[in-house]
Amino acid sequence: MKKSVLSLSFGALALGVVFAAPVQAADVSACLITKTDTNPFFVKMKEGATAKAKELGVTLKSYAGKIDGDSESQVAAIETCIADGAKGILITASDTKGIVPNLKKARDAGLLVIALDTPLEPIDAADMTFATDNLLAGKLIGQWAKDTLGDKAKDAKVAFLDLTPSQPSVDILRDQGFMIGFGIDPKDPNKIGDENDPRIVGHDITNGNEEGGRTAMENLLQKDPTINVVHTINEPAAAGAYEALKAVGREKDVLIVSVDGGCPGVKNVADGAIGATSQQYPLQMASLGIEAIKKFADTGEKPKPTEGKTFFDTGVTLVTDKPVPSIKSIDTKEGLGKCWG
Amino acid sequence: MSEPAASAPHSDYEKVLKDSSKDVASFDHDKPSALHKFRHFLHSNPSAVSLIVLVVSLIVFGMTLSGKFFSAFSLTLILQQVAITGIVGAAQSLVIMTAGIDLSVGAIMVLSSVVMGQFTFRYGLPPELAIVCGFITGALCGFINGVLIARVKLPPFIVTLGMWQIVLASNFLYSSNETIRAQEIDANAPILQFFGETFRIGGAVFTYGVIAMILLVALLWYVLNHTAWGRHLYAVGDDPEAADLSGVNVQRMLISVYVISGIICALAGWALIGRIGSVSPTAGQFANIESITAVVIGGISLFGGRGSILGMMFGALIVGVFSLGLRLLGTDVQWTYLLIGVLIIVAVAADQWIRKASR
Repeated sequence: MKKSVLSLSFGALALGVVFAAPVQAADVSACLITKTDTNPFFVKMKEGATAKAKELGVTLKSYAGKIDGDSESQVAAIETCIADGAKGILITASDTKGIVPNLKKARDAGLLVIALDTPLEPIDAADMTFATDNLLAGKLIGQWAKDTLGDKAKDAKVAFLDLTPSQPSVDILRDQGFMIGFGIDPKDPNKIGDENDPRIVGHDITNGNEEGGRTAMENLLQKDPTINVVHTINEPAAAGAYEALKAVGREKDVLIVSVDGGCPGVKNVADGAIGATSQQYPLQMASLGIEAIKKFADTGEKPKPTEGKTFFDTGVTLVTDKPVPSIKSIDTKEGLGKCWG
Repeated sequence: MSEPAASAPHSDYEKVLKDSSKDVASFDHDKPSALHKFRHFLHSNPSAVSLIVLVVSLIVFGMTLSGKFFSAFSLTLILQQVAITGIVGAAQSLVIMTAGIDLSVGAIMVLSSVVMGQFTFRYGLPPELAIVCGFITGALCGFINGVLIARVKLPPFIVTLGMWQIVLASNFLYSSNETIRAQEIDANAPILQFFGETFRIGGAVFTYGVIAMILLVALLWYVLNHTAWGRHLYAVGDDPEAADLSGVNVQRMLISVYVISGIICALAGWALIGRIGSVSPTAGQFANIESITAVVIGGISLFGGRGSILGMMFGALIVGVFSLGLRLLGTDVQWTYLLIGVLIIVAVAADQWIRKASR
């Protein structure tokens, strides 16, 4: 009994030391909370944050959900950060509405909350959002597809391979942005599926991976085998769609466009499997985020949005080897130099 | 021995015998109702329920959607879409028949496919050898599951819940979540995509993955019903103590089941490369849930010892038919999940009702 009490108090002491140490070690500490640890997009984000934190002498702690959609782990991470005395939180939220009350607690405790990549709902639940302009990302590939088809765009048959059934904001923005760029009336730009343009064959979900992309493409081809334009939520879904088209021998006459700019995706553009992709810059988001937290800790100044937008735009560029005059784009060689994953 | 002749009574008091019944003692035979017979039929053919549901759903979707759905192309497309679930479901069926459960099947599948891909491209092994390594990986994962369950006597749910995380994490750590692209595999190691190759019979398109699923299920059906190993598997699932007393080595039996389950998962991993073209560490996230769904809808009892592997295949096909059918109807995807949820509950309720026939 005596022994166990002794070891217990030693344990508590050790724990206390472990928890107390980081706060004393550096003046500024920050938290990075991503959706998962496994998606190369977030891996790159973590890389950017870690490098910047080291440069500025900020202590960085990283947390992640187990899988995409795991909000509980993110809530626990926020609570840990508050208890830890961090100056700011960078978060890509899995549940953009549900996490808001927890982040409010963090802001009330004096932490700077920055949403990375995924805006919260409402967007002002964070002090600032550092993100890709996903609507613009969609518009770029939509317009590229329209200009590449030329006159044939009027009679195109378009398939939309979206992300998940819950229609997260990134899904809506890219999907509806594509429509605007392609010249389809999106009706309510906050909703997928209310359009009545006859060129739309249908929408299906992919979960953003190869398997889902292939199945979704197969399903939509069953609905209309004459599909000749495919909008995909990301490049893995596009790769799956390409496999489905190859299986029916149509990979040559269908235009696939995508968003992300991951290295395998850019290589697929170079090989011609994907026509064009909108590249985004996760590393940039994270390193700017760390800079903002450092500045906030030193001067109390909060970051400001890009002019004319409700968030800080970290940039998006069209990557294609078949440029069209109306859009500024980079080729795959340059794209590969800037890709992630 | 002849019956006493009632026509010639010896004594006066025996005269009444003439009118009495001459029947021998017997059981009551209620005439079995049609429902009763049907239930008995279902009880002796555990895969019949799922087959009936499959046929009915095919007819219903066929009538609503006409040619678009009821073509050789569409129907074989469903087969292609469920091939992976069907193969993983075969592994799951074996485990569930022993009254276990395997939550790690999807993770083992993905890790095996990643090993096949990375051993080829990272270490430059010949792809054939890398495939063998993938199978060894699957078998090894299954072996660990089996030993922990059979020797250390931990509950299968806990062991495979843990292994699911361990295997999946190893997969991400080892692969650094890098995708090997379809074009590279196509150029350097096309054998990895073997199960994605297709052949046509008229409008019907089959992949080797589909053929693999059908052959595997047929083989396992034969093994389960006509070999000692198969009968022992049912016996262990039904009552391990009774099986032990009858001379079955229960521990070795269980370990062999998990090892074979792991090997089948590796096969699924290989087929997965064919299906998606590339080697992707994020694929197959829901394979465990999908396979359990197929098994349950297929009428295999979660308490072990009962059910047919054919039922599992029908279960997987039912999910495929609903998914494609509802997509073609253009409904919200959520309806697919909702209906599959209903099917799971109905399938288990039907199973309970059918069991009452076993008197």
